[in-house]
Amino acid sequence: MKKLLSIFAVAAFAFSANAGTLDDVKNRGFLKCGVTTGLAGFAAPDDSGEWAGLDADMCRAVAVAVFGDRSKVEFITTTGKSRFPTLASGEVDMLARNTTWTISRDVNLGFEFVGVNFYDGQGFMVPSALGVSSATELDGATVCIQTGTTTELNLADFFRLNGISYEALPIETNDEGKENLFAGRCDVYTTDASGLSSTRAAASNPNKWKVLPEIISKEPLGPLVRHGDHQWGDVVRWSLNAMIIAEELGVTSENVDAQMSSNVPEVLRLLGVEGNYGEMLELSNDWAYQIIKQIGNYSESYEANVGPDTPLEIARGLNALWTQGGILYAPPFR
Amino acid sequence: MNEINQVRKPPVATTGIIGWFRINLFFNWTNSLITLFVIYCLYQFIPWILDWTIFSADFKYNYLGEQITNQEMCSRNLDPENGGACWAVIYVRFYQFIYGFYPKVEVWRVNVAYVMLAVALLPLLYTQLPYRKYFLYFTYIFPVIAYFLLNGGLGFTEVSTNKWGGLLVTLVLGCTGIALAFPIGIMLALGRRSKLPVISMMCTLFIEFIRGVPLITLLFFGMVMLPLFLPEGIDMDGLVRVLVAVTLFQSAYMAEVIRGGLQAIPPGQYEAAKSLGMSYWRMNLLIVLPQAIRISIPPIVNTSIGLFKDTTLVIIVGILDLLGIGRGTLADTNWLGLSYEIYFFVSLVFFIFTFGMSRYSLYLEKKLKTGINMGAD
Repeated sequence: MKKLLSIFAVAAFAFSANAGTLDDVKNRGFLKCGVTTGLAGFAAPDDSGEWAGLDADMCRAVAVAVFGDRSKVEFITTTGKSRFPTLASGEVDMLARNTTWTISRDVNLGFEFVGVNFYDGQGFMVPSALGVSSATELDGATVCIQTGTTTELNLADFFRLNGISYEALPIETNDEGKENLFAGRCDVYTTDASGLSSTRAAASNPNKWKVLPEIISKEPLGPLVRHGDHQWGDVVRWSLNAMIIAEELGVTSENVDAQMSSNVPEVLRLLGVEGNYGEMLELSNDWAYQIIKQIGNYSESYEANVGPDTPLEIARGLNALWTQGGILYAPPFR
Repeated sequence: MNEINQVRKPPVATTGIIGWFRINLFFNWTNSLITLFVIYCLYQFIPWILDWTIFSADFKYNYLGEQITNQEMCSRNLDPENGGACWAVIYVRFYQFIYGFYPKVEVWRVNVAYVMLAVALLPLLYTQLPYRKYFLYFTYIFPVIAYFLLNGGLGFTEVSTNKWGGLLVTLVLGCTGIALAFPIGIMLALGRRSKLPVISMMCTLFIEFIRGVPLITLLFFGMVMLPLFLPEGIDMDGLVRVLVAVTLFQSAYMAEVIRGGLQAIPPGQYEAAKSLGMSYWRMNLLIVLPQAIRISIPPIVNTSIGLFKDTTLVIIVGILDLLGIGRGTLADTNWLGLSYEIYFFVSLVFFIFTFGMSRYSLYLEKKLKTGINMGAD
């Protein structure tokens, strides 16, 4: 399958990579962005049919950077299986589809991950009544686990390293895991932490369930583009970075107009008051200003979609800025 | 008049309501036990399901009288003892379930298309319709009108198929697939029985290849590989690619169903037609196919219902049909956890369509007197 995919990638590459994606997007008049068919907090249609979520905001940010208009984006829904061929064949300009950055996807499939917009990782959820506060206390537990995934291997490694035993209850889908846990057929459910949060939020009484603090794998999720078109890769990369830098500098959608007369040089560079960074990217000079004005900085997007005030209640954790105990770090804007 | 000739009423125990109950429900003791058991199950189940779906359910407002805008406001989430289904999610999302992401200002076009579809189906379903001939003309041009109405062109603003969704996609896929597969299936069935080896081999190869792979594989083929075979610059619409895959799949199955009907026609019918000097096409069109299709009605409807339900597989290639919209709704943080309501609603819609198809086929069978009388009328 992987080999087949890379053949598609190469074939598609042969006749689509020469034309610059940025020019294609500009000529077309809107961005085509691949998202999930629905994942709580990341991309899902709201009641009015607009796509909302952390990944949807990423798409909109790029559309704003290119067109200065958050509505100039067409969301193409993709599944776990169809996402890579869709990107490789040029049907979408970029993917923002909670995709884990791995070496084989980055290198072998011919894609380029331009950054990380959410650091996820495999976690555990248990009933609060179980009285467990750490995953190392789970000796002898029955664990609901999706078969054929990397989570299965991570789980085995984790329990072996800690010298404790478990019994696996194999399941196929997230819904199945949820039902089994709620019905008490397993003591623990393990999958990516963001998935656990949405499972917990879907419970009739979320407080009966708790996500344990241990995160046992690295799942950096980020937007990706096709290999070989660095100009376009830069546009997507710096659209994400601009949101992170804006949070670092305390620029928000609320105060961005006031910040235009700030005395901090990096703020002035970011907002296009000084320098010609927009021109370097072949964008207008106020591209980052527009992103912050229309979408907000990273923190605003996070809080609105997945943060503690949403039903998902995902704490910033690793996704906090490097200055605040997380690992979110963008190169300087200069 | 002696006593023997007197008309005597049948015993009370075999006629009327009592007789019906005795014969059908309490014929012997195992029969009675099963009846009592089923009645007990229904007694347990029906009040519960009625209570959950109707009496305790929220439709638009919760028990506090507030309009529900997210799952936390559903009665059953405010108070687990109070409240059944939370249909507000269907109420709020009804537009998306029926039209997908179709722009609101243009949605009248979809409504007109829905009404036109009903009018176009009328002469096909009901043969005694007055002025049926004129209605049929409309049926023939309906696909063209529907294309321009839904997609745009001829003065209508273009609405990309990416914006289509929900029931609209389900109906477009189902109707187009069934309508196109029927003639293609007939041609393939005739081709497979043809005495010309090239035609028969090509048809057999096509049918066996398509039947040999799952629909998902064909959908992937349409979605991923088809664009690679097309010359650069030709951008085939995603929905069209899926339509091609669905139609090919359904044609192969339809061909085999019709071939089954063709094989049931006695050779005498062919010989009689030939002896009247009929050509191959006249023989098939006037003598063989009308009989073959008539006896194939049950399996034709069977595969059509199968296809209608299989259209839900398009979510795999990222097209949001009725079920896809349901799953998208479940991923909205406002509506997390309402899976029972959403899946119940989606199954209900599918049931209405498939049950309608199945009832119609029964009516058709009765009207055409298929089955044991076949050939005698």
